[in-house]
Amino acid sequence: MDFSIIITEYQFYLTGLWTTTWLVALSLLIGLIIALPMGVLRSHPNWLIKGPIWAYMYFFRGTPLLVQLFLVYYGVAQFDAIRDSSLWYYFQEAWFCALLVFSLNTGAYTAEIVRGVISTMPEGELEAAKAYGMSRWQILKRITLPNSVRRALPAYSNEIIFMIHGSAIAGVVTIVDITGAARVVNARYYAPFEAYLAAGILYMCLTFSVIYLFKQWEKRYKYI
Amino acid sequence: MFDLYGYKDIFLAGAWLTLQVALLSLLLAVVLGLIAALAKLSHSSVLTGIATVYTTIIRGIPDLILMLLIFFGGQMLVNNMSYNFNEWLNGVMTGYYPNHEWTSYLPDYIDISPYFAGIVTIGFIFGAYMAETFRGAILAVDKGQMEAATAYGMNKYKRFSRIMFPQMMRHALPGLGNNWLVLLKTTALVSIIGLQDMVKIAGDASGSTQKPFTFYLVVALVFLLYTTISTSFLKWAEHKYRIQTR
Repeated sequence: MDFSIIITEYQFYLTGLWTTTWLVALSLLIGLIIALPMGVLRSHPNWLIKGPIWAYMYFFRGTPLLVQLFLVYYGVAQFDAIRDSSLWYYFQEAWFCALLVFSLNTGAYTAEIVRGVISTMPEGELEAAKAYGMSRWQILKRITLPNSVRRALPAYSNEIIFMIHGSAIAGVVTIVDITGAARVVNARYYAPFEAYLAAGILYMCLTFSVIYLFKQWEKRYKYI
Repeated sequence: MFDLYGYKDIFLAGAWLTLQVALLSLLLAVVLGLIAALAKLSHSSVLTGIATVYTTIIRGIPDLILMLLIFFGGQMLVNNMSYNFNEWLNGVMTGYYPNHEWTSYLPDYIDISPYFAGIVTIGFIFGAYMAETFRGAILAVDKGQMEAATAYGMNKYKRFSRIMFPQMMRHALPGLGNNWLVLLKTTALVSIIGLQDMVKIAGDASGSTQKPFTFYLVVALVFLLYTTISTSFLKWAEHKYRIQTR
């Protein structure tokens, strides 16, 4: 085994690390923006609101991320209407498709977390806050949000790790993320063991940094 | 409902292959998970150490990377090992018998099938997740149960199979179900290492028919069908095996 290849080609891996980081971070951000209203409206009494959100969450949580990515990256080309429109400029870019699919995917999973946290909000705390004469905004800011964030953190940190791991498939559709970098290095030197091991170590570093950061964050809520 | 342009039969075969890979890897994952969970809870620090390294590394690396590593890297490793072994043994033999002819004692090229590699990798990955589920489940079983079993004179194997296993599975069921749903979706990755599962077939078919959306949508719907059946089965099982209180 010859790990000097990795040192010679470290720049590929650095580019890959950067791509993975921004792709995942941006997807998580957009996903969170989608998830908050979806998670809240998921329990809406009206079926016209609840139904489409249910379908969205059901589809994205029930099918593999890889199939979703292929559906958009390869599938959209089937529709002439999109090919002829200005949207095609974006849809022919692999990074755009990956960003779109990752955001929608993590949005669905996060919405489920939001829904779970809201539906298990202790009733007594809200009643106590009302009894204290807090306004709706005060209740949201002082009671609902801190309580929900604390209970959502462990599940959300899992979701982030799933997203980091899931993003590895971006390398399959020509994006040079960490996996993409490993594929390029492997193709150049035919050194699959070294190339993929290096990628694995990079992903492991990313994963454990996230776990560490969230542990620190969770600690802050421990004694409240 | 969907016109599959004559790809229907081969597609159904692919759908069945996906299910096979998923079920066989589940079996492997449950076995590995049980072993790793028992190792984690054992008193031997070596076993605990190995199991901890296993679960930590697996949960830190994406499944796709592990799959590529095991399929491509593993193949190379096996072949290099067999080559080196052949060289070494032939060297030894020539040392003893000068007119010894070079022979391949181990096959020169071992081809790992993607079917095998896929099942082994997915089973190996989810074994680590299962280990955590089973560890929690074992800890959830009341200690008195095992003490009573010991008092009855049951040996180690009987204690596990008669007392611990039936009770822990009840606690493990929700986690096991979640792991199964994730595992099922992970099987889509075997198409990347060249297995003719339904994702790969959809890719080939859309290449020749120019209908990628139709084919990938059908794949997505089949996966939805699998997950829907799984969730309803799991709901039923959880209801059936839930802990009855009076």
